Amino acid sequence: MSEGEILRGRVWRFGDHVDTDVIIPVRYCNMFRKEELGPHAMAGADPEFASRIAPGDLIVAGTNFGCGSSRETAPVALLGAGVGAVVAASFGRIFFRNAVNVGLPIFESPEASAACQAGDRLVVDAARGVIRNETRGLSFPFAPYSAQVAEIIAAGGLVPYVRRRLGLPAEE
Amino acid sequence: MGMTLAEKILARAAGRSAVCAGELVTCTVDKIMATDITAPLTIEVFRRMGATRVADPEACILINDHFVPAKDIRSADFARAMREFAKEQGIRRYFEVGRSGICHVLVPEKGLVSPGELFVGADSHTCTAGALGAFATGVGSTDLAAAWALKELWFRVPPTLRVELRGSFGPHVTSKDAVLRLIGELGVEGARYQAIEFHGEALVTMPMHARLTLCNMAVEAGAKAGMIPCDDITAAYVTAHGGSVDRAVTPDADASYTAVLAIDVSALEPQVAEPFMPSNIRPVGDFRGLRVDQVFIGSCTNGYLEDLRAAAAILRGRKVADGVRLIVTPATQSIYLEAVREGIVADLVEAGAAVTTPTCGACLGGHMGVLGKDEVALATTNRNFRGRMGDLSARVYLANPAVAAATAVTGTITHPEELP
Repeated sequence: MSEGEILRGRVWRFGDHVDTDVIIPVRYCNMFRKEELGPHAMAGADPEFASRIAPGDLIVAGTNFGCGSSRETAPVALLGAGVGAVVAASFGRIFFRNAVNVGLPIFESPEASAACQAGDRLVVDAARGVIRNETRGLSFPFAPYSAQVAEIIAAGGLVPYVRRRLGLPAEE
Repeated sequence: MGMTLAEKILARAAGRSAVCAGELVTCTVDKIMATDITAPLTIEVFRRMGATRVADPEACILINDHFVPAKDIRSADFARAMREFAKEQGIRRYFEVGRSGICHVLVPEKGLVSPGELFVGADSHTCTAGALGAFATGVGSTDLAAAWALKELWFRVPPTLRVELRGSFGPHVTSKDAVLRLIGELGVEGARYQAIEFHGEALVTMPMHARLTLCNMAVEAGAKAGMIPCDDITAAYVTAHGGSVDRAVTPDADASYTAVLAIDVSALEPQVAEPFMPSNIRPVGDFRGLRVDQVFIGSCTNGYLEDLRAAAAILRGRKVADGVRLIVTPATQSIYLEAVREGIVADLVEAGAAVTTPTCGACLGGHMGVLGKDEVALATTNRNFRGRMGDLSARVYLANPAVAAATAVTGTITHPEELP
């Protein structure tokens, strides 16, 4: 994810407290690459999810998305399935860090979460800090990232950030 | 203004005289833990970061616990990746199958984390070690790789919720019931991003295993940490297990808390959390007669020697009900060995229990106790999310070890007092 990116896609709607056991059940956690995990994303809620979404589609969920275990395979699975971003009323703490670190775009907006339905077309303009629901003609702000998080996102995730700290060139 | 326990530890780790809630700080981490399930991804990210050596091998802890003894070929490969990394990096605190245990129970037992330290682990229940007066929190694999490479990590200083535990525990009521009650009151995100600091006279009656159980489940209310200031009980435990109290700190009297919540444990009955959230609690009596297929006693929440003693006291001379499977997993090898020496394992096996080697297996639906379609389990674990212990249609009820043992005897959810 880079700061200026505009994301577009259809909405896949989920409720409150979607935990990481739902995002990627543990029976798939003996793998860690996004290509392996992607087909099983959201298998705890909808085993067909990964095969039905189009690349770039967005998940819109309620409060506390990604609560539960620390498994980083959760945001990695969503990336592997082609999820373009997650918009939620709020996020579980560890999931939030993991998503930032692996480059899964996430946006906190209780307003957007409340107003978006499955199938709506969304546009997220990260630079302007706005989520537009084109189906319903509505716009919502999202909470800006803290300076530290913005710095990691600007670097392209925690891997390039650490490489820079170690005095190494960017990954090939 | 005074500082909370979390603020004091993060200030010291950030090299500052003071920090306050909401600030972003970069801290030197004292201890860094990974397990067989999270280490392989961490190792891959560590290489992508271009790092070749961990910044401080003495700070690193690697524990085999989740999918071991290997549940399948991929899990064997995961464990091998961690084993080879430990050797390559000269990490001495590597715990092999047969000399290991569930990480959150093994860490205090081996004196690996001490009061006042900043401890990160690639497992959400890392908050357990907050019972030692440490700031302990779970992170993902990429954060952990950064900590290996730099020995530092950024944190937002959390605001702190103060919880006062009043009164004293009645028979068959434990710290598991207190923390279930707390999660019930807060909800599963009631303490999101916050530290929970425990105080109150009930703590004085709680030995270390009970305190570890309490802090273990702080994350189930969304908390970043669950912490108990170091006192005489902590100091005696830590010293006896090879740790140090040199860095111990306590919160200031004028520290600022987001809220103060009191729980009177004297009034508490054994609690049961019904599917699919640990906050769905009601007194055990509300579930009288509910039939179960499996009872599981173990995990980083309730796999301590005292938990096994409580279960054995109920199962001694009784039998597990027909149609019910009782699975018991001691949390560490030392606990297992002591349970053998005390005759606990004999009592459990004679009652009809399957006693397994230490592992996280059953709790997270990994192995050695996975639930099938429509099965119902009562477990002493920490999570009852949909699909947590196996099939998506399976249902998990959370409770303390005495309730679990009584339930195994009758085959329905039972208050231990009601056993004939």
